[in-house]
Amino acid sequence: MERGRTQMRWVRRVLLAALTIWLVASITFVVVEQAPGDIFYLMAQEIAQARGVSIEVAYAQVRSMVGYDPTRPLLDRYLEWLRELLRGNLGFSYFYRISVNQILFQALPWTVFVLSIALLLSFGIGVLLGLVIAVRRRSWLDPMVTSYASLTDATPDYLTALLLLILFALNLKWFPSKGAYDSNLSPGLNLPFILSVLHHATLPILAYTLENIGAWALAMKGSAISVLGEDFIAFARAQGLRERRILTHYVGRNAILPMVTGLALAFGGMFGGSVLIETVFHYPGIGWFFKFALDHRDYGMMRGLLILTTVAIVLANLIADLVYPLLDPRIRMED
Amino acid sequence: MRTFLGDFLSALRGNRRAAIGSLILVGYLLMALIGPELIPMDSTMRYAERFRPPSLAHPLGTDYAGRDVLAQIVHGSRDVLAIAILTALFTTSMAVGIGALAGYSGGMVDGFLMLLTNIQLTVPAVPVYLLIGSVFQIRDPVGFAVLISLWMWGPLARAVRSQILSLKEREFIEAARVLGLGTTHILARELFPNLTPFVVIHFIRMMRDAITASVGLIFLGLAPFSPTNWGTMLNLAVFQTGAIYIPNALHYVIAPMAAIVLFQLGAIFFAHGLDEILNPRLRAPA
Repeated sequence: MERGRTQMRWVRRVLLAALTIWLVASITFVVVEQAPGDIFYLMAQEIAQARGVSIEVAYAQVRSMVGYDPTRPLLDRYLEWLRELLRGNLGFSYFYRISVNQILFQALPWTVFVLSIALLLSFGIGVLLGLVIAVRRRSWLDPMVTSYASLTDATPDYLTALLLLILFALNLKWFPSKGAYDSNLSPGLNLPFILSVLHHATLPILAYTLENIGAWALAMKGSAISVLGEDFIAFARAQGLRERRILTHYVGRNAILPMVTGLALAFGGMFGGSVLIETVFHYPGIGWFFKFALDHRDYGMMRGLLILTTVAIVLANLIADLVYPLLDPRIRMED
Repeated sequence: MRTFLGDFLSALRGNRRAAIGSLILVGYLLMALIGPELIPMDSTMRYAERFRPPSLAHPLGTDYAGRDVLAQIVHGSRDVLAIAILTALFTTSMAVGIGALAGYSGGMVDGFLMLLTNIQLTVPAVPVYLLIGSVFQIRDPVGFAVLISLWMWGPLARAVRSQILSLKEREFIEAARVLGLGTTHILARELFPNLTPFVVIHFIRMMRDAITASVGLIFLGLAPFSPTNWGTMLNLAVFQTGAIYIPNALHYVIAPMAAIVLFQLGAIFFAHGLDEILNPRLRAPA
């Protein structure tokens, strides 16, 4: 009985995730259909000039290359687009004239690398700060963290990034202002390359981290304060347990639980913000390519990137849903 | 109404944060409304006077073409605030409509609307704005506000729905139903007044988010329809004129940033203070 219910919940979650991806894919298909001008005709003109063939021949080439044919009924094209998506083909970049997949698989690791480190750092520091200020309400740290949180809340993430760029990359020159690693080095598992990667990733990671610490700290403070009022804390104190142990094992662990679901949400928000942050730092991740696609009106690439972003976030949410009941036994019993 | 305003003002006086916040916001409103009349905009290019530091003649210095930065900030504020207010209006009406409909009707309608809300909350906004905005070639503040409100209504819609769900079960709604009052009457006269406080707070939140989003998008190079929008100024400073590489030009980059952050701080203070005024439970014990 218990097992069946858990399975039902899972079927629903997965269905919802699939439905989200399908809807986003369909909406973006419709939107890109509205794009002004026949971009493929322009491509054909270029090819016709470059190869000295007639425009008709070039146009036919482009259409077969892209798998796009405006004379075919819309529904046919839509179904084919979905079929390709199911096969994992995210579409075609109008600018590079290759499958978006080839670009993505270069770019995605950089974005995920920076985002996951930044997420863990800001979560870890924020949760610690929040726990401390929840326990020591009258210390100087509490108003400081609160003002810091207001200030970063007031500063959009791209402005934080811009300030870091101007200060640490352009003026002090402590960190590079573009790229993911020094192009003189050969990528691989060697120390100079890894150091260079970390060196280049520092400012982007710092931008996300500084931006998010305050919010995590305030959330943790609220959560910890409500746990502090619980009977089992009073009981632990009455048992004479050491204060430090009560803080880490009793307050901390319980207060952190409701914040775990926020992790997937924060990941999604950072993913969306990566367009601006990666553009500021010229960091060659998903976001940077989105800006590139915007500059070149490459709707195919934008659509592919948007779908990939959606898939990444939907997966992050599913993982959070999967992990949460393992951490909090109360959820398993209630559901 | 009069007494409400009076009560509100006296509550504002008692709450320092709300007072500071509203002062800042009123300042911005005045800047947008009458500022452009007071500080004329001279867009003649004088390259000999480029990137002058702040002085009496140019309190915020000059830009890459020797033009006054303060005048640009002031003239840009009209555009930035117009987008913010319009976005908040559009988003609020959409969110209250969707949330109220979902919460009040329940069943299939509720399920469908909450699915849409879920998708809006899951898919990040910036890429959506960029794709839709570039395909439909946004050209003016109204178009921009429509674009941004398309992907911003989720949180408020969800909050309104859950408020309606809990209000629906209260006795006074039950009584209205027993009296045979119509659905529109119940929604408009009995339910919506109870939602006002947190709709107002969400409204301010939306204005903030609209400024962050619209300035960010214009900064990225989407729809540069206004030459003085703070986003256009940042775009020129970072991508076009190389001002960020020139130490003397720092004021040109910092000015639009400071304008944004100060507005956001004002809105945060105001919203926090308002929250305390409207929710007596949050009020600090005297």
